[in-house]
Amino acid sequence: METIIGIEIYPIISLTIFFFFFIGIIYWVIKMDKKHINEVCNLPLEK
Amino acid sequence: MNLENFSYDNKVVKNFAFASVFWGTIGMLVGVIIAMQLYMPVLNFDTSWLTFGRLRPLHTNAVIFAFVGNSIFAGVYYSLQRLLKARMFSDKLSNIHFWGWQLIIVAAVLTLPFGITSSKEYAELEWPIDIAITLIWVIFGWNMFGTILKRRERHLYVAIWFYIATFVTVAVLHIVNNLELPVHFLKSYSLFAGVQDALVQWWYGHNAVAFFLTTPVLGLMYYFVPKAANRPVYSYRLSIVHFWALIFIYIWAGPHHLLYTALPDWAQSLGVVFSIMLIAPSWGGMINGLLTLRGAWDRVREDVILKFFVVAITAYGMSTFEGPMLALKNVNAIAHYTDWIPAHVHVGTLGWNGFMIFGMMYWLIPRMYNTKLYSQKLASTHFWIATLGIIFWVLPMYFAGFTQSLMWKEFTADGYLVYPNFLETVTQIIPMYIIRSVGGLMYLIGMIIMSINLWKTVKIGNLTENEPAQAAALVEYKKHKGEHWHRWVERKPIQLMIASLALILLGSAIELVPTLIIESNISTISSVKPYTPLELEGRDLYIGEGCNNCHSQMIRPFRSETERYGEYSKAGEFVYDHPHLWGSKRTGPDLHRIGEKYSSSWHYNHMYDPTMTSPGSIMPAYKWMFTDNLSTKYTKSKIKAMITLGVPYTDLEYKNAVEDLNIQAEKIAIELNEQLQNPIVKIDKNKEIIALIAYLQRLGTDIKTK
Repeated sequence: METIIGIEIYPIISLTIFFFFFIGIIYWVIKMDKKHINEVCNLPLEK
Repeated sequence: MNLENFSYDNKVVKNFAFASVFWGTIGMLVGVIIAMQLYMPVLNFDTSWLTFGRLRPLHTNAVIFAFVGNSIFAGVYYSLQRLLKARMFSDKLSNIHFWGWQLIIVAAVLTLPFGITSSKEYAELEWPIDIAITLIWVIFGWNMFGTILKRRERHLYVAIWFYIATFVTVAVLHIVNNLELPVHFLKSYSLFAGVQDALVQWWYGHNAVAFFLTTPVLGLMYYFVPKAANRPVYSYRLSIVHFWALIFIYIWAGPHHLLYTALPDWAQSLGVVFSIMLIAPSWGGMINGLLTLRGAWDRVREDVILKFFVVAITAYGMSTFEGPMLALKNVNAIAHYTDWIPAHVHVGTLGWNGFMIFGMMYWLIPRMYNTKLYSQKLASTHFWIATLGIIFWVLPMYFAGFTQSLMWKEFTADGYLVYPNFLETVTQIIPMYIIRSVGGLMYLIGMIIMSINLWKTVKIGNLTENEPAQAAALVEYKKHKGEHWHRWVERKPIQLMIASLALILLGSAIELVPTLIIESNISTISSVKPYTPLELEGRDLYIGEGCNNCHSQMIRPFRSETERYGEYSKAGEFVYDHPHLWGSKRTGPDLHRIGEKYSSSWHYNHMYDPTMTSPGSIMPAYKWMFTDNLSTKYTKSKIKAMITLGVPYTDLEYKNAVEDLNIQAEKIAIELNEQLQNPIVKIDKNKEIIALIAYLQRLGTDIKTK
């Protein structure tokens, strides 16, 4: 592995992507509009 | 508001549902047969096309792509139309999709038992069928996106996200893993070799589980469980986190299938870390599914559909906990290559996939046929016999797995293996194999009970082929002030698809690219040379017989393995292996260092009747290899294909391929004649067995000091 130039960047990139991705999702989910959620989650039950 | 009249297409749903039941029964029947072959090897009736090695891929392909595949399409076509308030985009595409998929299944039935296989697990079908799969898959996607684009419901319910991710990811996985160079119409070589091929294969293999057996079925869960429970999903927020986290993490976890192998360490670690992380979204999904039944638990006692769903989701939870545990290196060291793995897999397939499908069928068919289920009692019987079947299947295999592992690794006080003869570790677990096949049989009986029940239901009911519906057309959307940015994704299916694609490509790239492009990652060994033409033909016979279904070619760096098999396997030894044949299960011993371990005459006798050299062996007898002539029709084209793939054969080797093959065959025949005074079958250098012996005797010898 050490033979690959610039390999150290891989784990750093991975961790960064991960961190921000999940922070983003959690932020988005918390901020979601309740009325909208109610509407969408009842979609399967509509006749 | 302007209401539009339209109808839902129930006919295509019905077709897929029936196909699923039909192929599922066949796939499970094959499963029971091969389970019995493990203690009654005679059950192949001395025919080549009924041996374990050839039927096992038929079983896995049938249950994954025919049983689960058809039922996914049934569920998707049913729920998609209703969630979008639109008929499928094109009846013609629906029909092409249905018949195309069935033809592909028929093609699998007509090739796999005859040894036409690429040997890659769950992707064994040869290249023309691979292309057909790609085309039909595109038809499916086209039909789905056409429907999404002409929908009458603005918001895409989370189930549809799962369907979209399934479509995109399976397309990518299927194409990359099946990149192969055709030699002729029914034979091809993987573009990748050795370690790289193994990595691509398990990136595919793992994600076939993720994106064929999990995400679409989760989509079905998010639709049919609320339907059956008559209440919305427990937490829609959780379902969103479930979706994004799952598709993001799953794609990275493939290397956990290759722990302690010759795969570079960093890739193994990556696989482990992401596998552990998978517990979070998987359990989030399980909890979401189970809690959807909040306030309806009393109904689980009476409602057989809910019973199926509850067990299905519980099995999902169990296998998604067990999976990450198995991905830990220390647990994997015990479990890998043993029967623990099929046990784990069958908790997922029999429990999660099977029971979701059964629940869905019992819900769907009566509704589409405007009637009640013929018999609740039969459905209940199905539930109990199948549940017991799972237990009888899985428990003995856990015992078998542990027993194998403990016996493989046990040393005497003096440092010798307690069970140096692999066969002892096989005969020890035969009772477990017997009980397992009883479990499989019970599950199959349940399936037959369901078929009868559904058939009777269909007889008393009346199918509404085109179910009338009414909905307002979609008006142009105006973004309102302060709207949350994510609403944009939820409304726009194409963006959603691109976002999912980007996510899975990101994980795939980081996982695959370094190993694929950087040669220095795999240190070459100068003594490792390409196979001779005869060995190459022998290798293709090995592939055709499906030997890799029971024998690995990958010795892990454990003392218990080097003691038993010899020097552990190095990445550089496989650089000419298109495709790799590492295997994933040791029903028989590892074969990587089998070369020169026994005399050629031993192999000659052993292949004719394994019990001659190994009393109690459960390996089939390969008698046809002693009567069938080795075809050299394609030998030169095979060498040429290998040259194209970068295997360094010289021009002379290519030109003289057949002559060289004959010379080597002659040599082996002479050697056999010297060793065997009274051969069981007259030794003939033109028979397939000679090529196979040449290959076996070559295996793993390149780095032996002579």
